[in-house]
Amino acid sequence: MSVEDDQSPEGMTRRQLMRHTAWFGAAVVLTVAGGEVISQVTGPGEAPAALANDPNALRFIQISDSHLGFKGTANTAVEQSFTEAIDQINALPYRADFVVHTGDLTHLSTPAQFDQVKQMMSGLNTGHVFTVPGEHDSVDDHGQKYRAAFGKGTAGDGWYSFDMHGVHFIALVNTLGLESLGHLGTEQLAFVQKDVAKLSSDTPIVVFSHIPLFALYPKWGWGTNDATQALSYLKRFSSVTCLNGHIHQLFTKTEGNVTFHSATTTAYPLPHPGEAPAPTPVTLPAGKLKDALGIREVQYLEGTDRLAIKDVKLA
Amino acid sequence: MSMSPAPAAGAPVATTSVAIKGFAFGPQSIKVKVGATVTWTNDDQDPHTVTSQNGSGPLKSKTLQNGDKFQYTFTKAGTFNYLCTIHPFMTGTVVVTA
Ligand SMILES: [Cu+2]
Ligand SMILES: [Fe+2]
Ligand SMILES: [Fe+2]
Repeated sequence: MSVEDDQSPEGMTRRQLMRHTAWFGAAVVLTVAGGEVISQVTGPGEAPAALANDPNALRFIQISDSHLGFKGTANTAVEQSFTEAIDQINALPYRADFVVHTGDLTHLSTPAQFDQVKQMMSGLNTGHVFTVPGEHDSVDDHGQKYRAAFGKGTAGDGWYSFDMHGVHFIALVNTLGLESLGHLGTEQLAFVQKDVAKLSSDTPIVVFSHIPLFALYPKWGWGTNDATQALSYLKRFSSVTCLNGHIHQLFTKTEGNVTFHSATTTAYPLPHPGEAPAPTPVTLPAGKLKDALGIREVQYLEGTDRLAIKDVKLA
Repeated sequence: MSMSPAPAAGAPVATTSVAIKGFAFGPQSIKVKVGATVTWTNDDQDPHTVTSQNGSGPLKSKTLQNGDKFQYTFTKAGTFNYLCTIHPFMTGTVVVTA
């Protein structure tokens, strides 16, 4: 497999914005069952494996909810699990354009936990590492330590956007509102509105956030109370994909032009919505934990209508 | 979309101590007089915080480990909503009357 050149994001931005490739939002979603990758085809397209050989493909990895510093029976070695996730990414037959961690990098926002997660992610063999914060990354300081570690080049409380291979990426912070639900706030909503104003409507949009941008299960705080406003700015785009973490399990849903994909965790599972009194860590029977943990491969072939998402268990 | 979490169940209980147990504040809703000092005790193995909601309130504990206590003396009447920043689904209310 070829390894792509490590270009600056700025260089990519200008070059690829010119292309305005079409993207009609078709998706191939692969989930894992019983150790096998099972495809759930929700639109026309080849299997992602075929895209892996294409030099024009954009390939990135989503990881989430590493919770470094977590101590509990649900996973007595979260650092080991995160190491395995990183090793699994580095062992892929291609070098991902970037890896995005969608929050809860740490469990308790301590300086030592931020140092550790930053150090561990520096071992990723990839072009770039992007992050958004989870509520566990701002338990006592409105995200100051998070931004000191990961906020370089971001605006406001840590949000930003970038372009790659003709795709426009928006990374949002919805964990600082000190509310039960996720919250973006007026300043960030204005950022989103302005950020996409000049984009052609056929530009594929991918949005990262920690807490889901749809009302997945508000009783447990699994939703963002002003996400509707943010998504209204994205209505004219033919394809919008929202990738989040926080719920520690896979979940996919399509609403109009927007597809939401919740990623799983590298740390410990949470119950399915409503199947427990509260969303507290689930201790699985011995040997079952890795089935609940994983990484997500995302591929997009420029000039096609295909976004492929493949969720893979920790090996 | 309707995004309000479930309101606190039941009428406020007259007490100045709140236990943090099983990922919940108990009682979830309490009532005290102005000048009262409320004590929260973390009885869970997991850490929690006691933090005013929406960033506009007086409660801001450090991360409470098992057995840690947090105290606050309410000097004004009003309704004070708080949550745990580590587990924001954990919410509680203190109603302070003159
Ligand atoms: Cu808590
Ligand atoms: Fe998490
Ligand atoms: Fe979270």
